[in-house]
Amino acid sequence: MNHPPLPAWADLGLLPLLNILAAFVVSGLIIAAIGENPLNALVVMMKGAFVYKGGLGYTLYYTTNFIFTGLAVAVAFHAAMFNIGGEGQAYIGGLGAGLAVLVADQFLPGILLIPFAVIFSALFGAAWAFIPGWLQATRGSHIVITTIMFNFIAASLMVSLLAGPLMRSGQGAPETRPFAEAAKMPYVHDMLAAVGIETARSPLNASLLIALGAAVLVWFVVWRTRFGYALRAMGASPGAAEYAGMNTVRITVLTLLLSGGLAGLMASNAVLGEPHKLVLNFTGGYGFTGIAVALMGRNHPVGVVLAALLFGALTQGGTELDFEFQTITRETVQVVQGLIILFSGALAYLFAPAVARALALIAARRGAAA
Amino acid sequence: MSEFLFQLALTFDATLRVATPLILAGMAGIFSERSGVIDIGLEGKILAGAFSAAAVAHLTGSPWIGLLAAIATSMLLALLHGFACITARGNQVISGLAINILASALTVTVGIALFRRGGGTPSLAPDERLPAIDLPFADALSGVPLIGALYSEILSGHRILVYVALLAVPLTAWLLYRTRFGLRLRAVGESPEAVDSAGVSVHLMRYKAVLLAGVFTGVAGAYLSIAHGGEFGREMSAGKGYIALAAVIFGKWRPVPTLFACLLFGFLGAAADRLQGRELPLIGAAPTDLMIALPYILTVVLLAGFIGKATPPRDIGEPYPKSK
Repeated sequence: MNHPPLPAWADLGLLPLLNILAAFVVSGLIIAAIGENPLNALVVMMKGAFVYKGGLGYTLYYTTNFIFTGLAVAVAFHAAMFNIGGEGQAYIGGLGAGLAVLVADQFLPGILLIPFAVIFSALFGAAWAFIPGWLQATRGSHIVITTIMFNFIAASLMVSLLAGPLMRSGQGAPETRPFAEAAKMPYVHDMLAAVGIETARSPLNASLLIALGAAVLVWFVVWRTRFGYALRAMGASPGAAEYAGMNTVRITVLTLLLSGGLAGLMASNAVLGEPHKLVLNFTGGYGFTGIAVALMGRNHPVGVVLAALLFGALTQGGTELDFEFQTITRETVQVVQGLIILFSGALAYLFAPAVARALALIAARRGAAA
Repeated sequence: MSEFLFQLALTFDATLRVATPLILAGMAGIFSERSGVIDIGLEGKILAGAFSAAAVAHLTGSPWIGLLAAIATSMLLALLHGFACITARGNQVISGLAINILASALTVTVGIALFRRGGGTPSLAPDERLPAIDLPFADALSGVPLIGALYSEILSGHRILVYVALLAVPLTAWLLYRTRFGLRLRAVGESPEAVDSAGVSVHLMRYKAVLLAGVFTGVAGAYLSIAHGGEFGREMSAGKGYIALAAVIFGKWRPVPTLFACLLFGFLGAAADRLQGRELPLIGAAPTDLMIALPYILTVVLLAGFIGKATPPRDIGEPYPKSK
C-alpha cells in the first residue's frame, strides 16, 4: 500500500470524510439487510439528534462525555501511548466525585462542593491511570494490556463497593444514596432560563463548559508548553527523546496522569450532571468510543470536539431509532460506531492510494491543459 | 469431610466447564500472537460465534450445522482482522476493538431482526444442542476409589466440546513445535525478515494463523451457546475473550502453560460462583468480586515482572511491509 504523500487537506479532511462515508454505506447495507429503509433511518436519526424538542440538548449531553474520553485518548496518542483504559478511569473518576459528594454535601455549599467533586473525579481518574503508566515506564509492562486489565479490575471494584459499603441502606439496588441538591451540576436550560431564554429541558449541564475548557487546556499543554513538546518528541521517537536528555519515565507517567484525569472528568457530566448518585455502569462504553473520537479527530482538540459532536448525535439519534422502528435499536447505532472505528482507525489509509492516484491524475490533466 | 470432598469435586467439574471456552480462545490467541498479530478481538469472535451457533442450530435444527456456522462467522471476522492488520497494515489493537464493538452490536441487531426477542435466540431443544459424552468405562470405574470418582464424576459426561478443547492443547503444541508450518509460524512472529528471505510469504503465514484463531474462537463461541448453554443471550461472552488473552500472557504464549492458566482462571470463576454469598471460616463473606478480578490482577502483576517475565513474540504488533 505504498502511495505518494497526500496534501494536508486530503489527509485531514478528505480521508476522514471518505472513512465516515464508507462506515455509513456499510451500515446502510446492514440496515437494508435487516429489512428497513436506511434513508428513513438517517432522517429519523438526524431529526432525533437536532430537530426534536430537547434533541439537541441530549446530543450535546452525550457530546460532553465523548469530548472527555476523546481528549483522554488523544493526549496519550501524542506520546505514542494507547490508553484503552478510559472506561475504567472514568468509572473510578466517578467514584472520586461520588465519595467527595457523599462526604461533604451536607455541609459544603454548591459553589465549593461542585469544584471539589470535579477535582476529585480528575484525581481518581488520574490515579487509576497512574499505575499502568508507572508500570509501563519503569517495569516495561505494555500499556494496552494493563489498561484493559484495569478496566475489569475497576468494574469488579465498583460492584463490590456499590453492592457493599457504599450501598444505600435499606435498599436492594447497588447504588449510593441520592446526592444533595447542592451537588447537582447546573442544567443549561435552567441557566438559560435565568437570563430569559426558554429552552426545552434536557440533561445538558455546565460540564459541557468544563469539557470545552479541557479541550483548550489540552491544546495549550500539548502545543504551547515545554512538557507538551517533550511529550510529542517522545511520541515521535522515544530513543531520540532519551538521547536529548528528556526524562521519558517522568513524561510517560505525567502523560498518563493527564490522560486519566481527563477520562475521570467525564464523571462531572455522567455522575454530577445527571443521575446525581453513583450507579453501576454509568460509563456505558464511552471510554471505548473515545478511541474512535480521538482517531476521527486526528488527536487535535478541535477535531475531537467535532468528532464528539458526531458521536453525540449518533447516540441521541440512536435512541430515537428505538422508538420509531421495530428492528432498529440503539445497538444498530453501535454498529455504525464500530464501523467508524474500523474504517477511521484500523483501515485509516485504505483509500489513501486511490485518493493519491486520483489527485495525481487531476494534476496531470491540469498540467496537460496548461 | 466427605461433604467438603463432594463440594470440591463439583467445583473441579465446574472448573472444566468454565475453562473450556478459555482454553479454546487461548489456543486461538497463541496462533495469532505467535505469528505477530495481536488479538484483542478474541472476545468479539467468541460472541459472534456463539450467536451464529445458536441462531443456525435453531433455524436448521442441527447443532452440527450451528457449530460450522459459528466457525465460519468467526473466520470471517478473523479475515477482516487479517485484512486490516496484514494487508492494510492498520493498527492491530484498534482493529480488534472495532471487531469487539461490531460483534457486540451486530449480534443484538441481527438477533432482534431474526427473532424479536430483545437480541437473544429462542431456547434450544435438547437435540439442537451438542451432546454430552460418557467416556468409556465411566460406569464400570465409578466404584474405584479416588481415580474412579475422578474419572467418572469429573472427567466423564461433559459436552463434546470440552474434550475438543482438551485435545486442542496437544494439537496446538504439535502444530507449533513439531511441524514445518509451526516453525514458520513462530518465525514470522519473531523475525519476519528471515522468513521472507527464505522465500516464504509472511503475509500468507499470518493470514493462516489468524484464520486458525478464527476456527478456535468459533468453537469457543459454539460451546457457550449450544453446548454449555442452550440459547444465545446478549453479551454472553462476558469478558471471556479478555480472560483468555490474560491466560495467553500468563502462559507466556505457550500451549501447556496457557492450559494451566485457563484451568486456574476457570477454577477461580467456578469457585466464585459456588461461594457467592457464603460465609467462610476466618475470612467472613466470600470475596467473590476479588476472585473475579484475580485473573486481571495476576496478569498485571506478571506483566510488571514481579512473578517472572512475560516476553511476547518480538515482532508482535508490527505490520510487515510486503516485499517487492
